[in-house]
Amino acid sequence: MYRKLLFPILLSIAFAGAAVAQEVTIGLTMGATGPGASLGIHYKNAFQLMPKTIGGQPVKFIILEDKTDATEAAKNARKLITEDKVDAFMGSVAVPSTTQLAQIANELKTPHMALSPVALPPDKLQWSFVVPQPTTLMMSAIVDHMKAHGIKTVGYIGFSDSWGDIVYKSLEELAGPAGIKIVTNERYARADTSVTGQVLKIMAADPDAVVVGGSGTGGALPHLALVERGFKKQIYHNHGTVNREFIKVGGKSVEGAIAVTGALIVPEDLPADNPVKKVALDFTTRYEQTFGPGTRNAFAGYSYDAFLLLDAAVPVAIKKAKPGTQEFRQALHDALENVKNVIGTHGVYNMTPTDHTGLDQRARVLVQVVNGEWRLMK
Amino acid sequence: MNLAIALWLSQDAVTNGAVYALIALALVVVFTVTRVIFVPQGEFISYAALSLATLQVGKVPGTIYALISGGVLVAILDSIAALRRKSLKRLPSIVFVNVVLPLAIAAATWWSASRPDDLLLQVAVTLAIVTALGPIVYRLAFQPLANASVLVLLIVAVATHYMLTGFGLIFFGGEGLRAHMFPDLQFQLGILNISGQSIAIVVTSLTLIALLAFLFGHTVYGKALRATAINRVGARLVGISSEFSGRLSFALAALIGAVSGILVAPITTIYYDTGLMISLKGFIGSIIGGMTSYPIAAVSSLAVGFLESYSSFWASAFKESIVFTLIIPVLLWRSLTTFRIEEDDEL
Repeated sequence: MYRKLLFPILLSIAFAGAAVAQEVTIGLTMGATGPGASLGIHYKNAFQLMPKTIGGQPVKFIILEDKTDATEAAKNARKLITEDKVDAFMGSVAVPSTTQLAQIANELKTPHMALSPVALPPDKLQWSFVVPQPTTLMMSAIVDHMKAHGIKTVGYIGFSDSWGDIVYKSLEELAGPAGIKIVTNERYARADTSVTGQVLKIMAADPDAVVVGGSGTGGALPHLALVERGFKKQIYHNHGTVNREFIKVGGKSVEGAIAVTGALIVPEDLPADNPVKKVALDFTTRYEQTFGPGTRNAFAGYSYDAFLLLDAAVPVAIKKAKPGTQEFRQALHDALENVKNVIGTHGVYNMTPTDHTGLDQRARVLVQVVNGEWRLMK
Repeated sequence: MNLAIALWLSQDAVTNGAVYALIALALVVVFTVTRVIFVPQGEFISYAALSLATLQVGKVPGTIYALISGGVLVAILDSIAALRRKSLKRLPSIVFVNVVLPLAIAAATWWSASRPDDLLLQVAVTLAIVTALGPIVYRLAFQPLANASVLVLLIVAVATHYMLTGFGLIFFGGEGLRAHMFPDLQFQLGILNISGQSIAIVVTSLTLIALLAFLFGHTVYGKALRATAINRVGARLVGISSEFSGRLSFALAALIGAVSGILVAPITTIYYDTGLMISLKGFIGSIIGGMTSYPIAAVSSLAVGFLESYSSFWASAFKESIVFTLIIPVLLWRSLTTFRIEEDDEL
């Protein structure tokens, strides 16, 4: 009697053991509160849509909150790596936080999926893989558009934080070779009640166009102030600004605004032969089914693309080592460096040991506000 | 810079300065009566602006749930206290003020949410919700500590600020909202193009300041507040309840915050955490007035508005630094020119 039971019991224990040993653990530190909340909430939401398996293995997510605070993010990362023994981790919402995470990833040799841009040179990013498009890649679409429309001078107004700096630097880098002169570098804070001073300075400089370096609804304040003061020329926005709330806040005044973004904002408008269309449309549809119509945004897509990259790397790594070991982290890192043609919601990723971003021009589209909606520019 | 730009900047400065002046007055009222440096004052601004914007899209703002649950909590605490003192007579009024009134405001809120075009009703409902939250915040957070030191009260104020900001995030989400413009008037005054909203702001601020002056100078309640501000123990001896004064001052502060919120809602995008920045600038104004002088607080808040506006033109990246650095020479000057009053000397 006992012997009859013994075998199945042993068998199930063996299998359960095997299943536990093969489980891949992914950490996340994200700021869904604090100054980055408006973006962080979307990044976090995406985890409700993640599959139960990664690269054919069961996956466990450990999600920590860092309140958009770089110190808190660093603490979370150390906890995830040393206590929870994650195989890879993702994060976070703002540039300073993500930069901290990249440094810790280097130090503790754990693969890190950077969900926001990082303020470090590429050679410092050995263990980080940057999911969002490089800002220069995005801004080049805007500079190309300006050049094609004969714009010679451009005014800049952006956030007085690292995001405003990054957008300005990319613009500066690209505008010179394109023969475009930047005539103002004005700054404002998201919580400002007025940008009259900055806008007057831009109006006085009389540029052919204005580039706004804000994000989310924060990008609407200078746009509205410019329109109110009678600025009739083109206003460009960056990829941090593209969401529905921006149009809700901006109303009729933001009609005609041009911005650059990833494909998943307008998957319906993409031509059928676009490689990203299917993945982007599928994700956008599922996201809006869960969180309501019009909630699509770039940030949830970054979380999902980070997952897809790991999804492609795990089957390669699992042949070399067991999850939960340092060897597996190393194998995962090596596999991530060599993923090819991973189709995400934003673009097609091709990583190499020297390029930890792996996106090309297919990862960006120009969109314009037409009748109160972001539409693909033809 | 030419004359046109200077005029534009000045107009902007007066508009913002008027709002800062209101906030500075609220901070002075609360501080003199309860000795609380009221950090969460800004949350009343955000709550009011966001509640108004939420009502305008036909939704019920989450602040109403805070009002109802806060009211019930206060009713329970007050009832327990009344039962201990065996003063059963007070129970009906406790229930009426803390449960029935919030429910009535809630009913008005639902009605207002179904009428997204009725601007006056929306404003009235928003004022009611936020003003009623003031005394609740006092009862729950500060009344139990009424005799604690200024430092303890400040710590509690900061904690309350974080709590209210957190609630704001839950109620309104992370993205900003903007209310509709009030009747869209534009006046041409020379080269200036003055919007109806900025006139509304200045006029409302002046009216409110005049009303406050009247309240403090000529009404029993105002005199009670002043008495408490001058000497709490003395006021209690002549029959002025310091609890009542505290609640009244917080209701006033909340009302002022609500009015400011409604005024700025159409001119800028308000986030769940915007209030802190606005109230910090009002705070600088009130600090220049030593946290006690109403006229100095109002005038210096206006000066803060000017400084902010002009520095946003000259050096926008350093605007906040310039405005907040102002506080250092002011503190130096004040510490050199005023006698230090020993804290809690009346206790």
